[in-house]
Amino acid sequence: MHWTDYIAPLMEGAWVTVQLTLYSTVLGTVLAFAAGIGKLSPNWIIKGVSVAYIEVFRGTSLLVQLFWLYFALPLAGAAIGIDLRLPPVIAGVLALGLNIGAYGAEVVRGAIQAVHNDQHEAARALNFSARQTLFNITIPQAIPEMMPSFGNLAVQNLKDTALVSLISLGDLTFRAEQIRNFTQDSTTIYSMLLFTYFGMALVVTAAMRLLERYVTRWRTVGG
Amino acid sequence: MLFGYAWDLSSPLAFAISIMPILLTGMWVTIQAAVLGFFVALVLGLVFAILKSAPSRWISWPATLITEFIRDTPLLVQLFFLYYVLPEYGIVLPAFMTGALALGIQYSAYTSEVYRAGLEAVPKDQHEAARALNLTAARTFTHIVVPQAVPRIVPAMGNYLVSIMKDVPVLSVVTVLEMLNVAKIVGDRTFSYLIPLSLVGGLYLIMTLVASSGVRLLDAWLPKQGIPLK
Repeated sequence: MHWTDYIAPLMEGAWVTVQLTLYSTVLGTVLAFAAGIGKLSPNWIIKGVSVAYIEVFRGTSLLVQLFWLYFALPLAGAAIGIDLRLPPVIAGVLALGLNIGAYGAEVVRGAIQAVHNDQHEAARALNFSARQTLFNITIPQAIPEMMPSFGNLAVQNLKDTALVSLISLGDLTFRAEQIRNFTQDSTTIYSMLLFTYFGMALVVTAAMRLLERYVTRWRTVGG
Repeated sequence: MLFGYAWDLSSPLAFAISIMPILLTGMWVTIQAAVLGFFVALVLGLVFAILKSAPSRWISWPATLITEFIRDTPLLVQLFFLYYVLPEYGIVLPAFMTGALALGIQYSAYTSEVYRAGLEAVPKDQHEAARALNLTAARTFTHIVVPQAVPRIVPAMGNYLVSIMKDVPVLSVVTVLEMLNVAKIVGDRTFSYLIPLSLVGGLYLIMTLVASSGVRLLDAWLPKQGIPLK
């Protein structure tokens, strides 16, 4: 087989990787905001749940989380009589999203805390409710602070998707493994694989830069 | 039976207790791989940091490109690359060594940035003062720059050690018998994944909590203004 013959199956796998990255990044962002805001909540139940979530998913390995969701959760479900067997795609997106969400939550929390206290005082002086202050004053100013870290996390998440190949999901790495098993042409396959991931990471980085420019646009308007 | 320890399937608790020695054997491998990988990352990261700050761009640009490439590609793929490609060029390493090397290479991209940031954080005045005092470049580096850079570098490095620990399970794909791999084997043989995998999660939590509080203690202990000279 010529190396150009590898391109078609690799691209098929790359598409799965792109989808996984997209879905888990969206899930991770939602969880990051929920847990990051939750950690600052005065309600101790919400705070406790957020802290527990962040600590558990930052404190354990992603691969452990992935295996737990894929191998152990169905057995836990069987023990209490619920069918919790997850298809590999769902287990993969869940594990990736939960993991990156926990890291993102700390970024969200840090960015929210970095917003000047004057802003809160001004909001209170203007009679804003706590919710209005959070969503209209604090978060819009905190988001630009989060962007550089979110960019790093997005690339991290893209790289982490390679692990789902271990629960037999047909992503980029999985396809490459299949081709290698078939052709034994390790050097070519893995070089192509590395460069494909590198290219994808550059695209993710560029996309996050554009997003950063979009969310910081109000800064340059001089308002 | 694994590593000479048999499991007891009579009750969940007995099962959990009986596989603990197996998991702890795996944990010891995890710690060894993490420490060895960390050591490689420290050395290689320093090399990259020096190359990246080289005065000639013929050296600094390729070094920057290489570290970017390492940083932007998955550890798993780098590990596969080392494990399957190196033997084709006559370099045959045991799986454990290949794994530690892959961890070290992946994290050298991160540690090189830590070195760079730590060294650049030393104020310019310090260099000027050193020159005014007629210190040689070597003496300036060892007696002025390094003592002030170390307190900034060490905590960040400690955090990467914790990250490396969490990446060790990836090594299971090349047959390294670290903690997750042994738990998976126990699960494969007993058809009971819930307890071994949950225990691994719990042990990981303990390991990272202990390691990160160690890093915090170290950070508190290091003098912020730099290590005083005798």
